[in-house]
Amino acid sequence: MSSRTTAGPTAARPGLLGRATVRLVVGVSVLYTLLPVLWLVLAAAKNRDALFGSDLFALRDFSPVQNVRDLFAMDGGLYGRWYANSLLYAVLGAALGALISVACGYAFDKYRFRHKEKLFGLVLAAVMVPQTVLALPLYLIASETGVVNTFWAVFVPVLFNPFGVYLGRIFSQGYVPGEVLEAARMDGAGELTTYVRVALRMLAPGVVTVFLFQLTAIWNNFFLPMVMLSDQDLYPVSLGLYAWNSAATTSPEYYPVVIMGSLLAVLPLILAFVLLQRFWRSGLTAGSVK
Amino acid sequence: MTTTAPSGAPTSAPGTGARPAPRDRVRKVARRRELGACAVLMTPFFLLLTLVFLIPVGTAVWLSFFQDDQPGLGFGPERTVFVGLRSYAAVLTDPTFLGGLGVVALYCLIYIPLMVVGALALALLLDAGVVRLRAWAQLGLFLPHAVPGIIAALIWLYLYTPGLSPVIDLLGEADITVNFLGVHTVLPSIVNIALWSNLGYNMVVFYAALQAVPREVIEAAVVDGAGPVRTALQVKTPLVRASIVMVAMFTLIWALQLFTEPMLLSQSTPMINSRFSPSMYIYDAAFTRNNYGLAAAASVVLLLCTIALSYGVTRWTSRSGAREEAAR
Repeated sequence: MSSRTTAGPTAARPGLLGRATVRLVVGVSVLYTLLPVLWLVLAAAKNRDALFGSDLFALRDFSPVQNVRDLFAMDGGLYGRWYANSLLYAVLGAALGALISVACGYAFDKYRFRHKEKLFGLVLAAVMVPQTVLALPLYLIASETGVVNTFWAVFVPVLFNPFGVYLGRIFSQGYVPGEVLEAARMDGAGELTTYVRVALRMLAPGVVTVFLFQLTAIWNNFFLPMVMLSDQDLYPVSLGLYAWNSAATTSPEYYPVVIMGSLLAVLPLILAFVLLQRFWRSGLTAGSVK
Repeated sequence: MTTTAPSGAPTSAPGTGARPAPRDRVRKVARRRELGACAVLMTPFFLLLTLVFLIPVGTAVWLSFFQDDQPGLGFGPERTVFVGLRSYAAVLTDPTFLGGLGVVALYCLIYIPLMVVGALALALLLDAGVVRLRAWAQLGLFLPHAVPGIIAALIWLYLYTPGLSPVIDLLGEADITVNFLGVHTVLPSIVNIALWSNLGYNMVVFYAALQAVPREVIEAAVVDGAGPVRTALQVKTPLVRASIVMVAMFTLIWALQLFTEPMLLSQSTPMINSRFSPSMYIYDAAFTRNNYGLAAAASVVLLLCTIALSYGVTRWTSRSGAREEAAR
């Protein structure tokens, strides 16, 4: 996990009392972040009656398998559908989006052309624009072109990742030395061949970082699908759970499936973050260097 | 968009008269090939930028100057008429919109300092090197980032709901009754959800920046007799200013969009109405009231607020940064 295994210079370390305080503060903070997740795990595994009972932390009345079965049976297996949709939007969208953004960031770094910094300023401006501002016009454009309430209405806008271009430019500066490109040119390789065969390979950690950030963003996306989709079969998990939760206020049998559904929806991102730690950590550093 | 890139290049030799020297020609061919590749690499992104950013922003601005008008008591054909700044006037005098702005302002005032100070403090504590299992502590703190916003809101909603929540049960046993979704508690409850979701992520950003601080600098501070607290506050913190600005900026941009958490909580509490925040106001105006002109005007106002505030943050921090440099 840590890139610097040795601790800071020993003389700067706090005394005994200080050390105890530090551990206490960090420990309480970790409990604060972990306990709600632990609650989700426990609540998801409990059977329906125990969920509303008082002693949730008692280690009995578990029926996780039954709960999963209930979840996938609810409303004719809608949850499985939502899950597949989310995977499609997020994995495909993030992969394609990361490639598009990093290619553009690379071009910003390695080529000279007129108005380059102005164009880059436009990209940075796009980072700052709230998504909620774009939702209504995007919806109107989508209805005008007839793609509203289709897969594309959600898929195309999520590909757009200006922060990925910014990261791509920084990664390109850091990972792809100009001499390598010069050497490839001397060998007579075309510019695009060089990009695909040489540069892209060096940029791989950067692409993975951008992919992971975008995967999280798309998986989290809630506002855009809510605006664009009315067909429940196209919903991603986030919007589906929202719909079920509003149903739960009148019919409580939805509570257990919402809780189990939430737990399962968290797993892919945790898996991705754990598997790809090495990459996103470097990405975070790159993002803060400026 | 991207066509501007190649057009900026010196165009081909024919027509310029004098025949260029061979080496020049080779260079020009190479240059043209470079720009061609550059255009190919940039086109997909700029197509997207045009399609899902420039055109929508333009549309929002355009729409904000028009209103759908139904002459003859709503029986005649609908037509769109130019109303100038009337939608803006309507938005800016609408107490529910101004109330929403007020809510977001208050939310930012509570949330952003808590987030930046909390995340930085945790990063500094972890960087001090006395916490055992540091890697695990970081992973634990980071975990909520992998929980989608809507699910974080769901978890906390359940933890705020009497009958479901072990927190309320526990407090009840100590004879404390808290209504987490009451008039005065609902905003802090939302702040808590956002804080829980993002604290660990920003902590990792700060931690990564702290790792990049040269060890000699810290050692020098220690030699000068600075204690651990002083080293953290007066040596390390100024050195990660860039990260602090970045985190503050992104937190601000996200905070201004406040939507997911109140939208979900509004299903369970009457304290959150459908126009609680500006984003909810936009959603309500556009998709419940079908008043596109009003929604567009509100969108543009929110956009301008965001730009003004982000610009303010960058200006303010760069100025105070310059002053700091000068003081040295």
